[in-house]
Amino acid sequence: MAKSLFQKVWDAHSVRQLANGQTQLLIGTHLIHEVTSPQAFGMLRDLGLPVAMPHRTFATVDHIVPTDQRSEPFSDPLADAMIKELRKNCAAHGITYFDLASGRQGIVHMVGPEQGITQPGTTIACGDSHTSTHGAFGAIALGIGTSQVRDVLATQTIALGPLKVRRINVEGQLRPGVYAKDVILHIIRTLGVNGGTGFAYEYAGAVFDRFSMEERMTVCNMSIEGGARVGYVNPDDTTFNYLKGRPYAPPAAAWESAVTRWRSMASDAGCHYDDVVTIQGAEIPPTVTWGINPGQGIAITETIPDPAKATAVDERASIEEALAYMKLRAGAPIQGTKIDVAFLGSCTNARLSDFKEVAKYLKGHRVAPGVKAIAVPGSQLVSQACAELGIDRVFREAGFEWREAGCSMCLAMNPDKLVGDQLCASSSNRNFKGRQGSPTGRTLLMSPLMVAAAAVAGSVADAREVFGVTQ
Amino acid sequence: MPLAKISTITGRGLPIPGNDIDTDRIIPARFLKAVTFDGLGEGLFYDARKAVPAGQVHPLDDPRYRGAAILLSGANFGCGSSREHAPQAIQKFGFKAVVAENYAEIFFGNSTTIGLACVSAERSDIARIAAAVETNPAVEITIDLSAREIRFGAEKVPLAMRDSARDALVNGRWDSIGELLDGREAVAATAARLPYLAAPHK
Ligand code: SF4
Repeated sequence: MAKSLFQKVWDAHSVRQLANGQTQLLIGTHLIHEVTSPQAFGMLRDLGLPVAMPHRTFATVDHIVPTDQRSEPFSDPLADAMIKELRKNCAAHGITYFDLASGRQGIVHMVGPEQGITQPGTTIACGDSHTSTHGAFGAIALGIGTSQVRDVLATQTIALGPLKVRRINVEGQLRPGVYAKDVILHIIRTLGVNGGTGFAYEYAGAVFDRFSMEERMTVCNMSIEGGARVGYVNPDDTTFNYLKGRPYAPPAAAWESAVTRWRSMASDAGCHYDDVVTIQGAEIPPTVTWGINPGQGIAITETIPDPAKATAVDERASIEEALAYMKLRAGAPIQGTKIDVAFLGSCTNARLSDFKEVAKYLKGHRVAPGVKAIAVPGSQLVSQACAELGIDRVFREAGFEWREAGCSMCLAMNPDKLVGDQLCASSSNRNFKGRQGSPTGRTLLMSPLMVAAAAVAGSVADAREVFGVTQ
Repeated sequence: MPLAKISTITGRGLPIPGNDIDTDRIIPARFLKAVTFDGLGEGLFYDARKAVPAGQVHPLDDPRYRGAAILLSGANFGCGSSREHAPQAIQKFGFKAVVAENYAEIFFGNSTTIGLACVSAERSDIARIAAAVETNPAVEITIDLSAREIRFGAEKVPLAMRDSARDALVNGRWDSIGELLDGREAVAATAARLPYLAAPHK
């Protein structure tokens, strides 16, 4: 019988059925970071349990690390205690840890792929909702809570019910100046922030076939913002070429058999989907959010929604709440909205291709006076590659601060924070109230090039016009 | 590890209206800077509580609702970050259950695993319960998972909950660690069939 990738991976990793009807699912690869793991190690200690498969857990430090002054101890004693705890736990249990000194540290969702740890046909779990990123490789990658981190450490499994599968085809071609970020913002706007509840999203169609791994990761990353716990793309040559030669990828002698196996995990033609949605790539505009959830997005050329025109009572209330928080005016164009901060970073958009693309256009431009612009590579390897290509210089010369790798202002658990009600053009994934570190701070989500355009213009702007993007 | 069988939850209610209440709002990220879950209750809805206009009071700080055990809210409750800190904070504040229209997936699982019952009810029914609570905060609410209903005052409304979670709570199996550990041999057998787990790694 024809099966989807989700079904194949699920079947291959199902250990047994539990009494409440859930499945005990084997987690092949476990990723951990400093925020959601220490309590799990604590629970393990309380229970007197060892780590079942320490060689299948990989750690890095990302959320709390400063991106400017990296010397230790960190100025924030709480952050300092967290990195020390992670080091201690990894050492005590024999867990591979990509620390600051390794040259391979970075946001956990970047480190997995870069090291070749993230592989097709596998199950991956991490105490972080953006674990869906790894689905770009054709893995079933799940964000889990801390008690489940404990479960994986202790048993290499979790208890989980099955998901339905929705195939999302993006056909045709994207228009110039439209990026993977716009694709996912558009999908979330279309299907809603909870449209994906209970689903795994399978992204497919001509646009995804052409996408690089980094573009696929950007889309899969934000599946959770659409309510889908899992998002994936079927593995193909693009996937295999990306993985070849990476430190944890199968060695040459095992390569061909791995590729054969990986290829066989892709969804079969004619398999069953619980739902199918098709979107035309040409209809996707450069998208920017105006509200307090990632579904509240509009095309850069549109005006901010008017609650008076909302059809549902609910919608009206949520628009009103969002406008009050965002201090934006109903009916006004989003273009021209003054910004205070531009943030280019996060596990959604801090990969080499993101910085490369922006650098291509940023040359010769200057960040507008009064705008604080920071660029934060997602990993040390990206940082190094940018330095080798002179990309960091382009950013610095344009007036960006060029920082060290970490989550930074995506959630501001480190010193990078919005102040007061600053408005931030951000390449990250969440525009929730207070997300970027100030209880009244405001976030507009958009693609990296749109962030750069806003930085240069000093206000939300159409990158196609600012930079003359034609292809 | 015998776990409590959670089939009925009784207590007073506290409404926090609104849809899409995310886990950043439930517990702002700066409260995550710790290596334990201790003391998280104090951070619950911290910024929302501080943001209420002068002269008003957030339900969590309203003395009329003090001691409430059941949190009432809207749709897509607990969306966003997977931080278990969110249900932990709710539980540590003193809540034993949440009644909302529906929940974000990860939040729901995290809550169930720590024995915090997340039940769903129709929007109009939640509004009725909230109205009753606002009129008389002392009204006793009983969430009956076995009878699949919520009783308050002289009224009752149906509740919905995924079977696996309901079964886990009612039968005292909500923390799966014991059962997962019991599967050790089956886990080893499954792992042995997967080449990427058998292959040596650097
Ligand atoms: S970059 Fe942001 S979303 Fe990604 S893991 Fe870090 S904090 Fe989470």
